[in-house]
Amino acid sequence: MKTRIIALLLALVALVTVPYWMPGAYYINVTSQILFYAIFALGLNILAGYGGLVSLGHAGLLGISAYAAAYLLHAGFGHPVAIIIALIAGLISMAVYAVLSLRTTGIGFIMITLALGEIIWGLAYRWISITNGDNGINVHSRPMPFGFSLASPTAFYYATLVVFLVCIVIVTIFVRSPLGAALMGTRDQPRRMNALGYHVWAIRFWACMLSGLLTAIAGVLFVYYNQFISPQAVDLTASAEALLMVISGGAGTLLGPIVGAALVVIVKSVVSGFIERWNMLLGAIFVVIVIFMPEGLVPGTARLWRLAWRQFGTSRDDDAAAPSKAGAEQ
Amino acid sequence: MSRKLTRRTFMTATAAGAAAATFKFPTPAIAQAAPFKLGLLTVKTGPLAQGGIQMEQGVLTWLKLHGNKMAGRKVEFISADTGGKPAGTKTKAQELIERDKVDVILGPLAAFELLAISDYIREHKTPTLSLAGADDITQRKPNPYFLRPSATSSQAMHVMGHYTAKEMGKKKAICIDYDFAFGYEQQGGFQAAFEKDGGCVANKLWVPLGTPDYTPYLAQMTGIDVLCQGFAGSGPLAFMKQYANIGLKFPVVTGETGGDDALLHAFGDEALGMMSTCPYTLDLDTDANKKFAQAMFKNFKVVPGFYAAGLYINCDVVEAALKASGGTTHDKEKFMAALKAVKLKDTPRGPISFDHLGNVVGNFYVRRIEKAKNPYGLKLWNKTVKTYENVSQFWTWPEKEFLAHPVYSRNYPPLKKC
Repeated sequence: MKTRIIALLLALVALVTVPYWMPGAYYINVTSQILFYAIFALGLNILAGYGGLVSLGHAGLLGISAYAAAYLLHAGFGHPVAIIIALIAGLISMAVYAVLSLRTTGIGFIMITLALGEIIWGLAYRWISITNGDNGINVHSRPMPFGFSLASPTAFYYATLVVFLVCIVIVTIFVRSPLGAALMGTRDQPRRMNALGYHVWAIRFWACMLSGLLTAIAGVLFVYYNQFISPQAVDLTASAEALLMVISGGAGTLLGPIVGAALVVIVKSVVSGFIERWNMLLGAIFVVIVIFMPEGLVPGTARLWRLAWRQFGTSRDDDAAAPSKAGAEQ
Repeated sequence: MSRKLTRRTFMTATAAGAAAATFKFPTPAIAQAAPFKLGLLTVKTGPLAQGGIQMEQGVLTWLKLHGNKMAGRKVEFISADTGGKPAGTKTKAQELIERDKVDVILGPLAAFELLAISDYIREHKTPTLSLAGADDITQRKPNPYFLRPSATSSQAMHVMGHYTAKEMGKKKAICIDYDFAFGYEQQGGFQAAFEKDGGCVANKLWVPLGTPDYTPYLAQMTGIDVLCQGFAGSGPLAFMKQYANIGLKFPVVTGETGGDDALLHAFGDEALGMMSTCPYTLDLDTDANKKFAQAMFKNFKVVPGFYAAGLYINCDVVEAALKASGGTTHDKEKFMAALKAVKLKDTPRGPISFDHLGNVVGNFYVRRIEKAKNPYGLKLWNKTVKTYENVSQFWTWPEKEFLAHPVYSRNYPPLKKC
């Protein structure tokens, strides 16, 4: 337990001091991207990991919030109004998503969310009077909370970090709450949960809403970071990428989606500068993960770590029963 | 970051993509005069990669022919793959500007990519030269740090519309194009110029990008005497095949992407007789063009098209501006002014200059696809039939009158009854 706290503190210190040890503004920007993609992945993980409900349309939800914020800013509203309405729009569309797709689970759920995501992509692409079609919407400024301008990479990074930490806390509380436990129950034994008197649909619905909230937050950060939104941000590839983050990092763990987001963003933005076939590399990494750690990077590393301990270490018993390893994040 | 053993620095060191298959370690540049840093935003993965790879080849060919030097300064060339997505373009632009600190950006390829970084390059005052469409960046929403030595989306189509009405004597057309800004702007330009000279556009059909089957659209083509298509990438190949297979015989006209020289090797007889207007033509019989085309062919075993030529000419323009500003880009405003003042007589596309909004004024070539002898062993050849000199982005309209209209879009200009 002690080691975990130390590791978490170290990770926190590392994150807070990113602008001081990263070799330049570009890498600070990459870290910001990792953080808001991690929020996105955490949101999806609540459904895919803890709820057993795999969504292939989450980029559409992210897009709705991003588009809502961009549209309102473009129409001349202030930042606070734009952000709040964007979050509400994200939640409402998540509710619609949930009502439609929770009629099924498993493959049915995947297909309905996929279809809904494609509808949103189609709207973004064709509802030109609102979305400006393929040309997208530019956002000309970033907000200034309490008078701090977020225009610089460092300022934006800290804002993202604060939001990210809040999101992590929310997710942690949720997962450890009775509702979180009930959600995992509905994933593993939906019928038994039903028989025990739990309202399976309602539990899933509220999980969806939390997932939607995180996705909407990520959407707002996304649009402020890029200062631009266009249909490419909401297409199927974007949804699949988010799912890849969750699965490669470790679905149903707290740290998994964060590690997954870091992996995907780093390969996509940094490694792609060195290797032309970065798509293939990402695919190969994923295959390797599936072969050696089918449960994902974080739980997989923890398992191998424990194995190594048993093999070579002293007989420290089940100290590492909790399948997490904070250091992996860096 | 002084020593980066990357594939990119390797590319810079040799500036010969032909050797891309071999790997060797570059000798790290020892501090001489600081190199001129040239960044390229291009697309090397996904459906737009065909043009994007030609863009990089164009730059590499230029660098090789000029001993990897621009106005006497050694060039460090950094190429970035945007993946053809706006978010990727933003990230890569940040990489080039904030990490690599490039002096000039070439690219990106697509209009939506350019729109995604337009504010950003202005904020960071980075001179950017691109062949992306997005008419308004040099029209109603001009970006002072942007220069377009190729053409707006509509520029070549203005010429084509005029030629179709006046020289081919056609009266009634149907336009077919991709359902995005580049398509709208191309066909808007065609329609405006065609109707100005007495033609009439009966209908404009919009096709989603990457459609495999054009049959439903082809079925609507009746009662016309000419067809205008504006497809890009490998789109024109599939379209012309299906067009011929279904038995349609209307003459086809197109812009710079639809009849691109780089596609000649892949077209079959179905493309014979297709007319296209392009700011560059492989057929241009000047020393500058022959030197460029032969170097491209030698280095990469391909003939250059619009994309490769566009980027090669971008390099010409940057060098000319660099010479004019005394080899420095330190004062960005002065350098931008130097870029806009560039007048070149002898580029592979002929003489070019720029208007005050940063868009090219240059020659446009109307070509017909024929079976003709050529030095590259191609079965088909774009034979130039007419050259329009010093064409501006406003065609023959006065600038004020042109800019008073909204930008060409899905619904503008509106269709008239024919």
